[in-house]
Amino acid sequence: MNDFRYLPGVSTLRLKEDLCIGCGACVEVCPHQVFSVNESKATIVDLDGCMECGACALNCPVAAITVSPGVGCASYIIQTWIKGKGAVIECC
Amino acid sequence: MFQPKPDNEPCCGSPPGPPSSPDERPGYRLCSFVERFVATPEGVTPQVKTRLGLRDWLGTLRARLGIRRDHYRVAPGLYAAGSPCADSPVLVTANYKLSFDVLRRELTGANVWIVVLDTRGVNVWCAAGKKTFGTDELIDRVKAVGLARIVNHRELVLPQLGAPGVDGNRVRKTCGFKVVWGPIRARDLKKFLDSGKQAEPQMRQLSFSLGERLVLVPVELSLLVTPSLWIVLAIVVLSAVGPTFSLALTWLRVVEMTMAYAVGVVSGAVVVPLMLPWLPWRSFYLKGGLVGLVGGLAVTLGRGVGESRVLAMILVCMTVSSYAAMNFTGATPYASPSGVEKEMRRGIPLQVVALVIALALWVGGRFWS
Ligand code: SF4
Ligand code: SF4
Repeated sequence: MNDFRYLPGVSTLRLKEDLCIGCGACVEVCPHQVFSVNESKATIVDLDGCMECGACALNCPVAAITVSPGVGCASYIIQTWIKGKGAVIECC
Repeated sequence: MFQPKPDNEPCCGSPPGPPSSPDERPGYRLCSFVERFVATPEGVTPQVKTRLGLRDWLGTLRARLGIRRDHYRVAPGLYAAGSPCADSPVLVTANYKLSFDVLRRELTGANVWIVVLDTRGVNVWCAAGKKTFGTDELIDRVKAVGLARIVNHRELVLPQLGAPGVDGNRVRKTCGFKVVWGPIRARDLKKFLDSGKQAEPQMRQLSFSLGERLVLVPVELSLLVTPSLWIVLAIVVLSAVGPTFSLALTWLRVVEMTMAYAVGVVSGAVVVPLMLPWLPWRSFYLKGGLVGLVGGLAVTLGRGVGESRVLAMILVCMTVSSYAAMNFTGATPYASPSGVEKEMRRGIPLQVVALVIALALWVGGRFWS
């Protein structure tokens, strides 16, 4: 996916390395190879590759990862602007 | 009085077809993708064909064109591919018929169980985002089909793109089955199963090839049909506005502006997706604006650019293309919501300004020229 890069510096992905137990689940589920695990700790190697799908945060056994997941879809975001976050939104 | 015919006497019409399948039941329809039924400790389960038939291809085509796409589903539950036994792997998928077809097509020669989740007819990835391809549905479905009594291992192979919806740790704690993340693409499945469920890095990495972008275009276009009807209606009404009414002039203006709009749609919803890697800038609204500019210049070729209605046409083409391209972010596998929101905060005000100027030039032009 290196020929497809989206806007830099916007991802909400954060990793608390002190909590990480190096299980590798985040490496397994991430479809953009954002993480790598060395010496039983995960590191973020490609923050701008993150599309905020939330798979890593959901599957980390020790909740070391946070990200605000969502749908990268314009009509969805317009509806959140109008109805407010958390409202029931029909997706595209 | 009823007279039975002697056996050798030909009946009217064509000769009779094949006998009914022994698996047919009164009131139940045998799905065309089901070969027969196989016995399991939990009752019979349908064995699916691993070759797609004409009906499957027609259905795929229809779904790709966006016709009744939301109703294209299979019944959730347990299926067999090949002749699985108690040691065979269990694959999990969504009940969107297209996802189901892509999966079974790749399973020729394999003996596996398939658990189909009720994702309301939505594909794995989108359903994971909406959490219908989710932890609770998976746990409930595994219990409902009695999987623990059908297989003697405790492993479920899930498509990796289901991971945003399924918490593997919770699945294991709640129903005892361990989630194994399979490859992203079904075509890597057999290799994955044959190599002891080891995914090569490339199997875990998303791609967005020309072919993958191409199949998204018809759906993008089908979503624009209804709004386009309203827009053309607005064009007709606005075309009639002017100091004097002239049918010929109104008609000309309707044709011109509808053309500009249509070229904008094609630029943003067809050209931008196909040319994505080769267009400059990362923001989709800019890519769309650029292609719309080229399209607008092409459609107004030979007309004086100085004229206000020609300028209006170019601006409409750019705006429509910019918006349609921005909307395509939702179909890409790499645009993040934070990024889309950021580009929308920049793009939408520009699109609104361009549209207001275009309207002023187009309608106002009739009053001052
Ligand atoms: S949110 Fe998704 S894309 Fe981003 S790092 Fe996590 S798994 Fe990868
Ligand atoms: S999933 Fe969590 S614990 Fe496991 S390697 Fe990644 S960050 Fe560390």
